[in-house]
Amino acid sequence: MSVTKKFTYINRKAPYGTVYALESLEVVLIGAAFEQEVQLVFVDDGVYQLTKGQDAAGIGMKSFSKTYAALGDYDVNQIYVCEQSLADRGLTIDDLQALTYEDEDDDWAEKSSMNLVNREQLSDLISNADVLLNF
Amino acid sequence: MALEVNGKSYEVDEEGYLANLNEWDKDVAGALAASDDAELTDSHWEVINFLREYYEEYQIAPAVRVLTKAIGKRLGKEKGNSKYLYELFPYGPAKQACKYAGLPKPTGCV
Repeated sequence: MSVTKKFTYINRKAPYGTVYALESLEVVLIGAAFEQEVQLVFVDDGVYQLTKGQDAAGIGMKSFSKTYAALGDYDVNQIYVCEQSLADRGLTIDDLQALTYEDEDDDWAEKSSMNLVNREQLSDLISNADVLLNF
Repeated sequence: MALEVNGKSYEVDEEGYLANLNEWDKDVAGALAASDDAELTDSHWEVINFLREYYEEYQIAPAVRVLTKAIGKRLGKEKGNSKYLYELFPYGPAKQACKYAGLPKPTGCV
């Protein structure tokens, strides 16, 4: 295997209204085939992408909310959510989908992929990334 | 393009994928396979049914790596490998099985 790079995807926008959230998710799923280290960061209105109980029928769009739950199958299990962004919007981690993955090295035990981060941890994530993709 | 099954016409794209996945049924799957000169056995159906359930749950068709792993977990190790899946679906397990399952082509599949 060649060199593994750390790919960090920053998700900043609400799930609908623009195509950024869906495009980001598709790039992540396609990119997962290259077996790199992948981190997803949800910040600002991006935290809305993970909220529970989405129904896009009223705006005539396909809801892709359920697809986030497949990320664990694609070995994408480092999800970082900005706690300040949640608080600013009156949300808590309980308003978000609890994304999980099965740990192959631990008899497929189900583990949480979700991590709450503060502004300082967020800057560390960004400065430690080899490849940074903004959506 | 269109596919004729039991006197009913189904719209398919230029690669033969069903346009409207709600129109899918077992006869349509058989006809989609027949158009590739393939015949569906119980082993094919295991994979096709798995893909339909996966799509229902996650709204995407899984990539072949994910499919292989999941099939191994669900149906046993002897089936969760690319050799077994390629024998069933020589045109590529995800691509071909998704077609018969009436699903869109897997994300990332060109």
